[in-house]
Amino acid sequence: MAVEVSIPTILRTYTGGAKGVEASGATLKAVIDDLEASHPGIAERLLDDAGLRRFVNVYLNDEDVRFLSGLDTEVSDGDSLTILPAVAGGSR
Amino acid sequence: MLTIGQGLIDAMVAHARADHPDEACGVIAGPAGLDRPERFIPMVNAARSPTFYEFDSMDLLRLYREMDARDEEPVVVYHSHTATEAYPSRTDISYASEPNAHYVLVSTREPGTEEIRSFRIVDGVVTEEEVSIVPALHH
Repeated sequence: MAVEVSIPTILRTYTGGAKGVEASGATLKAVIDDLEASHPGIAERLLDDAGLRRFVNVYLNDEDVRFLSGLDTEVSDGDSLTILPAVAGGSR
Repeated sequence: MLTIGQGLIDAMVAHARADHPDEACGVIAGPAGLDRPERFIPMVNAARSPTFYEFDSMDLLRLYREMDARDEEPVVVYHSHTATEAYPSRTDISYASEPNAHYVLVSTREPGTEEIRSFRIVDGVVTEEEVSIVPALHH
């Protein structure tokens, strides 16, 4: 399934500056694998041993994938994925 | 250097005071590429904590979609520290993900007075910068 992925500023070093790239896969996990094949190093910014990194948000169209099926979320042709690092911090 | 209007400084301070002792957080957007903070956007701290802040994930999506539609970028990302100094903590540094933004810290640890400092945080490196406050225009 071909999808349009919107890349946040901080990850554009992996995409040669591009703010939008195409990728394909039947699930979010497969799309990330495909992104990694074209833009090596990007997967590590999105995933850790437990799955999708806690402070990285990924949206399928208008929904946070954490409220769908996470990395197993199915993706359809023409969908948009948006990646936004969390805006967070604290006193420690 | 961060160049910013007095009105925007006052708005961040008022927000920090209103949410104290929880951390307050928000963004000041400006036209893309101009490094000019213009539009004050206070955000809800979804963590509602005196020691942590996080934008709710759907608020975050709406914010970025709106800035994109207006051809804006986040010029300032601000938050408050309610019991510690206005300096980026280890978590502030780990999660800083807008390399072009000015990270403004407001400390509300002293009643009646605030500390406001601004920093660049890029690749885990913190650099303090001067804050140049432009007086408010009177219409």
